Amino acid sequence: MNGTRLTASALALATGLTATAAAADGRLSFYCSAQEEWCQIMARSFEEATGINVDMTRKSSGETFAQIQAEASNPKGDIWWGGTGDPHLQAAEEDLTEPYVSPMRDQLHDWAIKQAESAGDKTIGIYSGALGFGYNSDMLAKAGLPAPACWEDLAKPEYKGMVQMANPNSSGTAYTTLATMVQMMGEDGGFDFMKRLHGNINQYTKSGSAPIKAAGQGETLIGIVFMHDSVAQTVAGFPVVTVAPCEGTGYEIGSMSIIKGARNMDNAKKFYDWALSVEAQNLALQVNAFQVMSNKGAEVSDKAPDLSGLKLIDYDFKKYGSSDERKRLLAKWDTDVSTLPQ
Amino acid sequence: MRIASTEKTTHPVLIFWIIAGWVGYALLPWYGVEEFWTFDWLSDGWPSEADYAPALGLVLQGLKPWLLPMLPALAAPLLVVTRRKTDPLYARVLIASGAFGFAWLVAQGLGIGLRGFTADWLAAIFGQLDDRQFGMGYGAMITASAFLFLLTQGLAARGLVKGDVFVASAIGGVIAVVTIFVFFPIAKMLMAGFVSDEGGLSVGHFLNRFFDARIWGLGCLTGGTRCGVAWNSLFLAVLVGIITTALGLAFALVLTRSGFRYKRVLRAMTVLPIITPPFVIGLAIILLFGLSGTVTTTVAGVLGIEATRWVYGLPGILIAQVLAFTPIAFLVLIGVVEGVSPSMEEAAQTLRASRWQTFRTVSLPLMRPGLANAFLLGFIESMADFGNPLVLGGNYDVLSTEIFFAIVGAQYDQSRAAILAIVLLFFTLAAFYLQRFWLGRKSYTTVTGKGDAGVHPPMPRGLAIPVYLIVGGWTAFTAVVYGMILYGSVVELWGVRNNLTFKHYITAFRVSWGENGIRWTGSAWDSFWTTIMISTIAAPLTAAVGLITAYLLTRQDFAGKRSFEFGTMLSFAIPGTVIGVAYILAFNVPPIEITGTGLILVISFIFRNMPVGVRAGIASMSQLDKSLDESSLTLGANSWQTFRRVILPLLRPAILAALVYSFVRAMTAISAVIFLVSARYDMATSYIIGRVENNDYGLAIAYSTALIFVMLAAVGLLQLLVGRTRIGRRTAHSTTTGH
Repeated sequence: MNGTRLTASALALATGLTATAAAADGRLSFYCSAQEEWCQIMARSFEEATGINVDMTRKSSGETFAQIQAEASNPKGDIWWGGTGDPHLQAAEEDLTEPYVSPMRDQLHDWAIKQAESAGDKTIGIYSGALGFGYNSDMLAKAGLPAPACWEDLAKPEYKGMVQMANPNSSGTAYTTLATMVQMMGEDGGFDFMKRLHGNINQYTKSGSAPIKAAGQGETLIGIVFMHDSVAQTVAGFPVVTVAPCEGTGYEIGSMSIIKGARNMDNAKKFYDWALSVEAQNLALQVNAFQVMSNKGAEVSDKAPDLSGLKLIDYDFKKYGSSDERKRLLAKWDTDVSTLPQ
Repeated sequence: MRIASTEKTTHPVLIFWIIAGWVGYALLPWYGVEEFWTFDWLSDGWPSEADYAPALGLVLQGLKPWLLPMLPALAAPLLVVTRRKTDPLYARVLIASGAFGFAWLVAQGLGIGLRGFTADWLAAIFGQLDDRQFGMGYGAMITASAFLFLLTQGLAARGLVKGDVFVASAIGGVIAVVTIFVFFPIAKMLMAGFVSDEGGLSVGHFLNRFFDARIWGLGCLTGGTRCGVAWNSLFLAVLVGIITTALGLAFALVLTRSGFRYKRVLRAMTVLPIITPPFVIGLAIILLFGLSGTVTTTVAGVLGIEATRWVYGLPGILIAQVLAFTPIAFLVLIGVVEGVSPSMEEAAQTLRASRWQTFRTVSLPLMRPGLANAFLLGFIESMADFGNPLVLGGNYDVLSTEIFFAIVGAQYDQSRAAILAIVLLFFTLAAFYLQRFWLGRKSYTTVTGKGDAGVHPPMPRGLAIPVYLIVGGWTAFTAVVYGMILYGSVVELWGVRNNLTFKHYITAFRVSWGENGIRWTGSAWDSFWTTIMISTIAAPLTAAVGLITAYLLTRQDFAGKRSFEFGTMLSFAIPGTVIGVAYILAFNVPPIEITGTGLILVISFIFRNMPVGVRAGIASMSQLDKSLDESSLTLGANSWQTFRRVILPLLRPAILAALVYSFVRAMTAISAVIFLVSARYDMATSYIIGRVENNDYGLAIAYSTALIFVMLAAVGLLQLLVGRTRIGRRTAHSTTTGH
C-alpha cells in the first residue's frame, strides 16, 4: 500500500511544476520559427521596449504549425513569428490565425503586403530570402572542377554525386526549389530538369538547410539552399561560396501570424506592430540573419547576398502554397523523379 | 497471524483513502490552478470563488451540478469503517461507491469540456449546456485516486488476488495510469490513421495507404532503386538487436567470468554511450568516416582510391546505433549473467563436463531470458531511434524519421504518420511475441535462497579469446569516438579552425557574482537546471512504476495479465515523436490539461522509460525462486513486506538499471521532448539541437560534454546509494585473499 501512496504523493509533488502562464496581462506567448539567437533577441528586445513578459518557444515552422493545429481548440500561443511562408498560409487557410491590419503596413515592401492580401490579412511578410546554392571552395579546388554558376550547371555530368538537396516531401526549402523550377521552366521543363538533377544528387536530406552544412563540413561539394543560409556558413568560418543562379530564382517570404483565440490578443498585436518596425528588423544583423527585411527602412548587411543583380521570378505563393497543388506536385515528383536510378 | 489481521475492525488504509477523498472533494481546488504552490488561491476568494473552489463549494453554490453525484459515493464508505473485512457488506459498499465514483468522475470529465458537452449526442439528450469546465486540478486528482483505491480494497475484500490489498491496489493503480497516459493518447493518435482527406473515418482509405509501395516495396531485391521503409527499418533493427546483444554478452562475460583487471574502466566505457546526448555520436562518426573524415581520407590515400560517402545509409546508422544501444543490452545482461547460479555450473563440472560444455549447455541456456530481453530492447530502440538516422541516414529511409517528417515536414500528413506508426507498432509487437515464444514456459530460476555458494567458472578458452578481441576492439573504438567529442568541444570550429579554446564552455556556463550573489549568465543554465530537475523527479518514479509492474507480471496471476503486459510495453514500442504528438492531442484539452508544463515532461519520461524497468525487473525476478516469497509469506509477512524486504533487496541490479536508465534517458531523450518543451520548461537536448541547426557545433558539443560528466557523476552517486546485491557468494578475489 505504501508503495502506491508514495507514488501518488510523488506525482502530486511533480504537479507542482504545472504552473502555466499566469495572469493574462503583461504576458506574451511567443512561438518563434527563426534561429535560436534571432528568437532570443526578438523576445528580449520586445520585453525591454514594452515591459511585457515574453515566453518564447523556438521550433521549426513545420513543428510549430503541427502544434498550433493540435492546440486549435485551446490555443496556448499568442503570436507566431518567423519561418517560411507556406505553413503560415496554410494556417490561414485552415482558419487557425487571426486577421489583423497593422498601422505599420505603409512602411513595408510590396511583396510583404502582397503576402498579407493573399491570405485575407491573416499573415504578413517579415523577411524574404532567395533560393540559390553554395559550394565548398576547398573541395572544388582539390577536384579541379569549374565553379557552377547556373541551375543548368548542376545537372552537368562532372558534378555527378556531388550535389545535395533536401527532400521536397519533408522540407519547405526543397518544395520551393521544385515549385521554382516548375514556374521558371514550365511544368514539363521543370520536371525534366529535376530528373536530370536527380542523377547528380548524392542524398536528399530531411531538413532544408542540411545540404549547405554538409558542404561546409566537406561532406558534399554543392548544396541547394536559401542563399542567406549559405552566407551564414561562410560567416561562421566554413569555406563556402554562395551562388546566385544565372537563370534567376524563386524565393520565400518569412511570415508572422497572430494565433486565433490568443489569450493575450492585445499584446500579440503590440508585438506584431513592433516586429514590423525598423528598430526590430535591424536586430537581424546582430545575429547574422542575412534575409531581406520587409520594412523599407531596415539596414542591409554588406555580407548579405546582393539581390539587386538577381532575377527573381514572380513566385505565385497562392497557387503553389495551396495544399492541392502541393500534393499534386509532390506526388508527381515521388513517382516520376525519386524512383529513377541514379 | 494472517487470520488475526483479517478479523480486526480498524482499517488504517481504508481510513486514509476516505479522508483523502474528502480532502480532494471538500478542501482542495477542484480545477487546475496556475501557480498552485504559491498558495495565492487561499487568499484569492477560496473556497467560494469559482476558479479556486473545491467541488463541495461549487455544488453548494449551485454551480457545476454534475459534480454532486460523487458526494454519496464518498459518504457511503463511512458506513462500513467499523465493519469486518469478512462482512459481505464491507466489500459490496466499497466496490459500489469506488466504481461509481470513479466512473462518474471520468465520464463527466470527458463529457463536459471547454465548450459545454463534447459530443453531439449528449447535447441531443440533455439539451445544450451553457456551462463549461477546465482541466482537473489537485482536488479532482486526489478524489479520483481515492475512488480507485476504495474500489481495489473492496475487490480485495471480496477475495480478488487472494484478498491481498497491496497487490489489488498496485494492479488497479498501474492499470489506471497506463490507461490514462499510454492507451488514451495513442488511441487518439492512431484514430488519425483512419481519417480520410474529406475528414470522415474510412477503413478503405486506411487499407489503401497501409499497403503503399513506399512502405512495403521490394524494389531493392529486384534491381530497382530502393526498398520500402518498413523493410529498411526491420532489417536494421534485427541487425542492431543481434549485434548489441552479442557485444553486451561479451562485456558481461569479461566482467563476471574472467580475471580481467581493469573491470571498472570497462564498466565506465560501456556506460558512456548511454549518457551521450543525441547527434553528438553522429557528428563524431561523420568526422571520422564521412567523405572528408579522418579515417576515410587516410584509408583512401593509402589504398590510392577515391574517398566515398560510404558511411551515409545503413553502415552509418548501424555503427551509431550499435554504439548507442550496446550499453542497454549490457545493463540487462550483466544482472542475468551474474545471477546464474555457480552451483549449477560447479555441478556440471563435477559431472566431468568440460568448461566449454558447461558454458554451452548450462550457463548459456540459463541466460536466455537476458539474451531475449536484450535483443528485444535493441530491436525496439533501433526501430524508434530518430537522431542517428537523421544525421547518418543518407537515402536509407526508416520508419521513425518518416513519421517525424510526415508530421512536421512540408506535407503535414498526420494520417500517414499514424499509418507508419501502426506498421512500426506491428513489428515491435511481433518481436515481443517471438521473444515470449522462444523463452517458452521453461524455468530460469537459479537464486533459490537455499545454500548457494560458489564461484563462476572462467570462460572456456575457445570463447575467451574472441570475446577479449571483440571487447578490446570495441572499447578502443568507443575511446576514439569520445576522444573526438572531447576534442571537438575545445576547438574553435570543428573540422575547420582547430585552435584550442574554452570559449564554448564559457558561453554556455558563465557564472558571475552580482549584487544578489551568484548570477548564472551562461546561455545553457536555464535548460540545464530544468533538465536536472525533471530528470531527478522522473527517475525514481519510473523505477518504482516499472518494478512494481514487473513484480505483478512475474509473481501474481490475474485475469488479463497478457494485455496488461502488452500495455506496459506499448509506449516503448512507439517512437517518441508519435508519443509527443499524441500527448499534445490528448492533454491540451480538459479533463487533463497539462501541455506547456513540467509535469507533461515528467509523465512522458515515466511512461517512455518504464518498460526498461519492467524488462530489467522481469529478467531478474524470473531468476528468484518463488519459495523465497512463500517462506516469507508463511512466516507471516504480507505481500508488501515480502516485496520490500525480500524481493527488492535482491533486485538491486535491476533497480540500478532502471534508475540509471530513466535518469539518463530523461536527460538525453529528444524525439518526444521536442514537441513537449515550452518556453518555461526547455530541455537541454532541444537546446542542443537548436545549436546544431545553427551551426554552433562547438557549443553543442561543449554542452553535451558537460552533460556527460554530470551524468557520470549521477550514475556513480546512484550506484553508491543503491549499493550492490550480495547474493551470498564468494568472489574469486575474496576466496584467494581469504576474507
